[in-house]
Amino acid sequence: MRPMRLIQGNEACALGAIRAGCSFYAGYPITPASEIMEWMARLLPPRGGVFLQMEDEIAALGAVIGASWAGAKAMTATSGPGFSLMQEHIGYAAMTETPCVIVDSQRGGPSTGMPTLPSQGDVMQARWGTHGDRPAIVLTASSVRDTYEVTVAAFNLSETYRLPVVLLLDAILSHMRENVELPELEVVDRARPDAPEGFQPFAGQEFLPFGAGANVVVTGLAHAESGRPRSSDGVNLERMLRRSLDRLAADAELISRYRTYRAEDARHLILAYGITARAARAAVDRLRSDGIRAGLLELQTLWPFPERLVAELASRVEQLIVPELNLGQLVWPVRAAVAGAAPVRALNRADGRLFSPPEIAAAVAEQEVAHAAGR
Amino acid sequence: MPRVGEDLRKYLRVEMLPNVWCPGCGHGNVARGIAAALDDLQLPLEQLVMVGGIGCSGRTPFYFNASAMHTTHGRALAFATGIKLAKPELTIIVTMGDGDAAAIGGNHFIHACRRNIDLTAIVYNNSTYGMTGGQHAPTAPRGTRSSTTPRGSIEPPFDMVELALGAGATYVARTTTFDFEELPRRIAEAVRHPGFAVVEVLTQCPTFYGRMNGLGDAAAMLDYERDQTASCERITKEDLVGKLPLGVFRQAECPEYVREYAALCAASRGEGGQA
Repeated sequence: MRPMRLIQGNEACALGAIRAGCSFYAGYPITPASEIMEWMARLLPPRGGVFLQMEDEIAALGAVIGASWAGAKAMTATSGPGFSLMQEHIGYAAMTETPCVIVDSQRGGPSTGMPTLPSQGDVMQARWGTHGDRPAIVLTASSVRDTYEVTVAAFNLSETYRLPVVLLLDAILSHMRENVELPELEVVDRARPDAPEGFQPFAGQEFLPFGAGANVVVTGLAHAESGRPRSSDGVNLERMLRRSLDRLAADAELISRYRTYRAEDARHLILAYGITARAARAAVDRLRSDGIRAGLLELQTLWPFPERLVAELASRVEQLIVPELNLGQLVWPVRAAVAGAAPVRALNRADGRLFSPPEIAAAVAEQEVAHAAGR
Repeated sequence: MPRVGEDLRKYLRVEMLPNVWCPGCGHGNVARGIAAALDDLQLPLEQLVMVGGIGCSGRTPFYFNASAMHTTHGRALAFATGIKLAKPELTIIVTMGDGDAAAIGGNHFIHACRRNIDLTAIVYNNSTYGMTGGQHAPTAPRGTRSSTTPRGSIEPPFDMVELALGAGATYVARTTTFDFEELPRRIAEAVRHPGFAVVEVLTQCPTFYGRMNGLGDAAAMLDYERDQTASCERITKEDLVGKLPLGVFRQAECPEYVREYAALCAASRGEGGQA
């Protein structure tokens, strides 16, 4: 048996990155993500990895992308204000099909907002924050152990799909300590072409770094499979974008990480993610003990949004409740997926406080009463 | 040093030609200077990465027979820093414009200078934003006209050499596209320099800056470069009045970031905690 360790969410994230083979970290200090950077500063040099404190978050992600093209598994971590700055290079990483991991420990926003208080306000920004259409994988976690596992998953997915993968934590999860046993996890490395000669760097998932036997051309301009710019050829760009989007859509079920709790016979389904899923799980038990058939769908993959899963579960329940630490974000794709099959109720707060289990339970029970009265 | 007319085509990705630059643009002269420097350096091209920003100068990497990373506006040095640290055996030449290096990328520029990381930054200074149509650049002298300063600029300009020196770059030179023999020599010196090297190249934009400021065609602008500058090696007070000094302003061996980092890693073996 592996030893139990009492660690913080941010430490679990750093340990997960090391486990996944991360050998390059560049960042800029920001609350509540700074401990990830501090841990990487301790862990990387003895392992021969690179730790780099950059002049801002834009530069941090630029250095990460450069390192990835030099062949390194690379990451950065930040919070809302830095995540806003990184949008430029998230777009660049998407356009250049660059594997990398970006951790955003969410805090109250907009702007400098509430640096020490939790939020789930970056869910839509993580999907749509950079300009243009792009494929996106966005993950989240609700415990210290999950943070470790999902960090490894974030690297694996970025290596598999050649994408920037975003991991959303929050101020509470980042700083919370739990006693955990860190599991052995499978690690995926990006595929390399058999031979560098004639390799087309943007024709598929295979990746050839700089200095590996062939000259590679990388640009944020729209480009051909060869990497050469084709910035006035919209048909080419749309074809390249659709190829990436289609690949994610085809693998949506492989990418989708979630867990259900007492959902099999549930009539009231709580759909929650991140730190909020913990309170939602406790709310399910409380409701069940009151004889209300509640269940939980906890999403770890927010994007691509698991439409089929949500639609399928929605077809079996009387209603869905979507608690979020924002004023209504993931509820939108939930409503689109449910498509009227059941009422979808948003439960929101953006005051820097977490939901309590009784609060979520009360919201579900209120629905139950209203529903029973209406019948 | 290659003579005029010597074949430098082997350094070029000829299938990318013709280039995007306007007739008479000085950026082709700079690219020729880079090719001549490569011929002098005899580097293995498969270990060379050319990193460009955004703008006319940022296109340079596409035209070289090396790996090329065309990055984002102003931020080429951040990408280059990541590449170099992740794979120190690569040689990296960064091409940036004056808006790239001094405006949107000013922060990245000064911090790359401060770190003294082994990169070569070539700043193409044509005093304008050429690709977007000739807007005012932070290197343009006071009083000059552009599409965004139609009544003349009221801002003092940045001096890229002073900026690089102040920020801690350990090789700093300025040359011009007129000085076509000195240009490749400076670039080769910069690449050989074990630290952060800046070569500012004054280059002509007859299409916008020249036209809007009545400086004539490309040939007249080259004469203007000659007349507006003086070598810092032969400088007298009389020479300097109203002129920009050219030459090498600093060439110092100082602790270089990649080597310092490698030493830090070596010293940390066996520490660092359990993962």
